[in-house]
Amino acid sequence: MSEVAEVRGNRVALEGNEAVAEAMRQINPDVVAAYPITPSTEIVQTFAQFVADGEVDTNFVAVESEHSAMSACLAAAVAGGRVMNATSANGLALMWEILYIVSSLRQPVILTVVNRALSGNINIHCDHSDTMGARDAGWVQLYAEDVQEAYDNLIQAVCIGENMDVRLPVMSCLDGFILSHSYELLTVEPDEEVQEFVGPYKPDNPMLDIENPKTFGPLDLYDYYFEHKRSQMEAYPAAKQAIIDEGKRFGEAFGREYGLLEEFMLDDAEFAVVAMGSTCGMIRDVVEDLREKGVKAGMLKLRAFRPFPAEEVAAALDGCGAIAVLDRAASFGAHAGPLYAEVTSALYSYGKQIPVNNYIYGLGGREILPDHLQQVYGDLQQLADAGQPAEPVSFLGLRE
Amino acid sequence: MANLKQLSHREPKLTGGHRLCPGCGEPIAVRQVLMSTEDPVLVTNATGCLEVSTTIFPYSAWNIPWLHIAFENAAAAASGVEAMYQSLKKQGKIDPDANYRFVAFGGDGGTYDIGLQALSGAVERNHDFLYVCLNNEAYMNTGVQRSSATLKGAHTTTSPAGEVIPGKTQNRKDLTEIMVAHDIPYVAQTIPGRWNDITRKAEKAFSIEGPKFMNVLTPCPLGWGHEGGLTPEISQLAADTCIWPLYEVEYGEYKINYKPKEKKPIEAFLEPQARFRHLFRSDEGAEVRKAVQEWVDWKWETLLKKAGE
Repeated sequence: MSEVAEVRGNRVALEGNEAVAEAMRQINPDVVAAYPITPSTEIVQTFAQFVADGEVDTNFVAVESEHSAMSACLAAAVAGGRVMNATSANGLALMWEILYIVSSLRQPVILTVVNRALSGNINIHCDHSDTMGARDAGWVQLYAEDVQEAYDNLIQAVCIGENMDVRLPVMSCLDGFILSHSYELLTVEPDEEVQEFVGPYKPDNPMLDIENPKTFGPLDLYDYYFEHKRSQMEAYPAAKQAIIDEGKRFGEAFGREYGLLEEFMLDDAEFAVVAMGSTCGMIRDVVEDLREKGVKAGMLKLRAFRPFPAEEVAAALDGCGAIAVLDRAASFGAHAGPLYAEVTSALYSYGKQIPVNNYIYGLGGREILPDHLQQVYGDLQQLADAGQPAEPVSFLGLRE
Repeated sequence: MANLKQLSHREPKLTGGHRLCPGCGEPIAVRQVLMSTEDPVLVTNATGCLEVSTTIFPYSAWNIPWLHIAFENAAAAASGVEAMYQSLKKQGKIDPDANYRFVAFGGDGGTYDIGLQALSGAVERNHDFLYVCLNNEAYMNTGVQRSSATLKGAHTTTSPAGEVIPGKTQNRKDLTEIMVAHDIPYVAQTIPGRWNDITRKAEKAFSIEGPKFMNVLTPCPLGWGHEGGLTPEISQLAADTCIWPLYEVEYGEYKINYKPKEKKPIEAFLEPQARFRHLFRSDEGAEVRKAVQEWVDWKWETLLKKAGE
């Protein structure tokens, strides 16, 4: 019996990776096919121990690469069962080709991504360049602010992906090292309650149904492919609704409710910062500090990046005087970071003419500090006065 | 072993109406392999001629569950389907007496080259499946580009015979021996031209638990440049010249299944094929043929030794 397994069902201190592995143990998937990569390795090895100790029914396939990991996961899901996996950065990049095929075949493979910088040069620390690069691959993407949310998100991810109107793969993302290797106090729910929440897997045309043989992944040319892609697009509004519904249901079951996004002191905010992941925790502190000083600061935390909740983002930011978007990834050759592009596009689409600054920060694990965030909020008064950004992109904590 | 009459009464798992070329060796091999078991079979297929020609949406020539994901991962896909089967069976969600068979098909591109890693990993992990390489000695689906299975001297579109270079300059990789080196229970080389050889080997493979590998030389009239009706004869000539010996390795024991009474010179195999035509038109071409003959002789002698003959 592992240490992790003995302390379930209450308030415990776990590393992010341990909490993810614990959720996987409770979900008890039928197949896990995975290949280790820093900083997500611990998830795979902790889970392998659960398998070795007979704590799960899972058939664990220790594949020879991430490409085969995602290929085997997809095939196992097509066969007809619950499938999970974990990776980071270059591992996700090696899966890239298959990521698109998983979503195209509408298989609810659940993948934990411990966010890490993509090479080169090689760097093992946190940024969002890995999952931002996969943002058009057709996967639902949830980002966690802390270890509790990483644990909670993974449980909900199963229900979101397996929803019969959705049937999409889900990436449950947490920041490398900052969350994956940090001990946090969290509530681990009892096994049977987690299992009741996720429920049994509902197969949808399983390949193992030999009485009803089907052809999966055929050649699909110009006469049908377009219609199939259009029909795939139908799944994303359904996924958005499922994120809302499962977040509510999770709140009813366990007391922690989630949505597509979270507004923090945003109602009357003059200056808002939009961010994702662990940095949101620090932004809360800075917002509270600024509020004490009389600055009407607020934060919009995005939990769901895919499907992107454009309407909700525009509504949440409505009334702000100036906004800053923090990107933990560069989009090389683009005019700004990926989150900025999405947020400003949402504002424009819904007729909100609010000036927005863009900051790229934290690449390759570069530290972000409260002082940086104070500076971000400080710049917003000037932005509100000027009506448009002085620079297309600024950088936090960078030696220029 | 089932006889021809019995085999002819079995429902084809790959039906007619597919769009592979007339004379293609692949569907012959696929049908012969799949009719060698009466158990339920589930197929994973690498990208290639077989995949694109049998599943043009909304049609499918497959009467059995079939999955294609990508080019390089037919073995990884087979391992995923098999892993789910084992998991659900162990959990009592599939009849414990069920006996599903898992077969992966890939061409020489998807097997010798881009899919070699996935194949190596899947057999090392001891998945219970049969991998069948349909080796037509080049990337035929994309228009006849060389692969590591292409014979030396062959003209392909990426190893063209020109004024200076006489076709492919390297010998073929010996994938069958690479698979033998994985110490898996069963490895075999065969051709579609000898139904009793290929079906017996497939039957044997299906009777063994664990990873099995069959390498089938499947002539390609389009890429090799021969009449479609000659496919069985051409594949037989590959065996008669010992360019493609018919043998099997069961738990490490080599057995040569066909020893030509008189080993024919390689020209018997090369001459009917347009891809080797340039080798008969110059002294340089004759040199290449000589080198290939020496290589074939050396490989054959080595194989005889391994088989204790």
